[in-house]
Amino acid sequence: MHMEEFQVIDNCLMVRLPEEIDHHKSAYICEKADRYIINENVSHVVFDFEDTRFMDSSGIGIIMGRYKKISCFGGKVYAIHPDKQIRRILNISGMSKIVEIMD
Amino acid sequence: MIAEKGKETEIGTWVEGAAMKNEMEMEFDAISDNESFARVAVAAFVTHLNPTMEEISDIKTAVSEAVTNSIIHGYENVYGYGRHGDSRPAYITIHPGKVKIHCLIEKGVLHIEVQDNGKGIDNVEQAMEPLFTTKPELDRSGMGFAFMEAFMDHLEVESQAGKGTLIRMKKRLGTGAWISEEMR
Repeated sequence: MHMEEFQVIDNCLMVRLPEEIDHHKSAYICEKADRYIINENVSHVVFDFEDTRFMDSSGIGIIMGRYKKISCFGGKVYAIHPDKQIRRILNISGMSKIVEIMD
Repeated sequence: MIAEKGKETEIGTWVEGAAMKNEMEMEFDAISDNESFARVAVAAFVTHLNPTMEEISDIKTAVSEAVTNSIIHGYENVYGYGRHGDSRPAYITIHPGKVKIHCLIEKGVLHIEVQDNGKGIDNVEQAMEPLFTTKPELDRSGMGFAFMEAFMDHLEVESQAGKGTLIRMKKRLGTGAWISEEMR
């Protein structure tokens, strides 16, 4: 993961997720996202699944954890560009009820 | 055209596929780096059965959940990539335990067993409750078993505290073989 995969635009944290999201990768993503959320006064988080071809429940943990952190301040979490498989995972896990999914 | 099992036809492949038997077993270090390896290895093992993209994704997800559980819960090797930067800190002890995966393909059904000799599960029923996790501080969703159940046809969990855990999963494959038959 490189610097350019996290970007803060206005008060929105954009996270470009990797091709595979599993436990091995998830801790890094969570920690980095949390650091930006605290340091950059982030209100909303956008997870970009453009490159993602695989995700297990670790990815749900990433989303849920950030959602818990920002929703108490009124922030929203978005999931953009999910492919068919990622969409299935988001639906089965119930994430589609708490994050806004956009193409 | 109806093909009989064992009869020579233009679409011989699916007939052989239905009768085929194949088995493999592998063992690897219980470190997070191997989560991806385990997924890809099992996916490669079933490839010649012509599974659909969806079946492959389902299998990879289920394997990932079971293997991850062994690594982070069974052996408590919780550190993934970059938890404290680019490498794990020097003072961290990695449990030397192994994860064993056994796969059997028989009569169009894929059987997967994921086994560890880690600390085992005290209360299996509680562990399998959706959203329950013993490691919320790791941003674990508690949905590992729920995903295994959703993506496989059958799930069994055998565990004893202090002895280890065995996950048994089954999935009927073969839609891919039928699809390639229709396309001819």
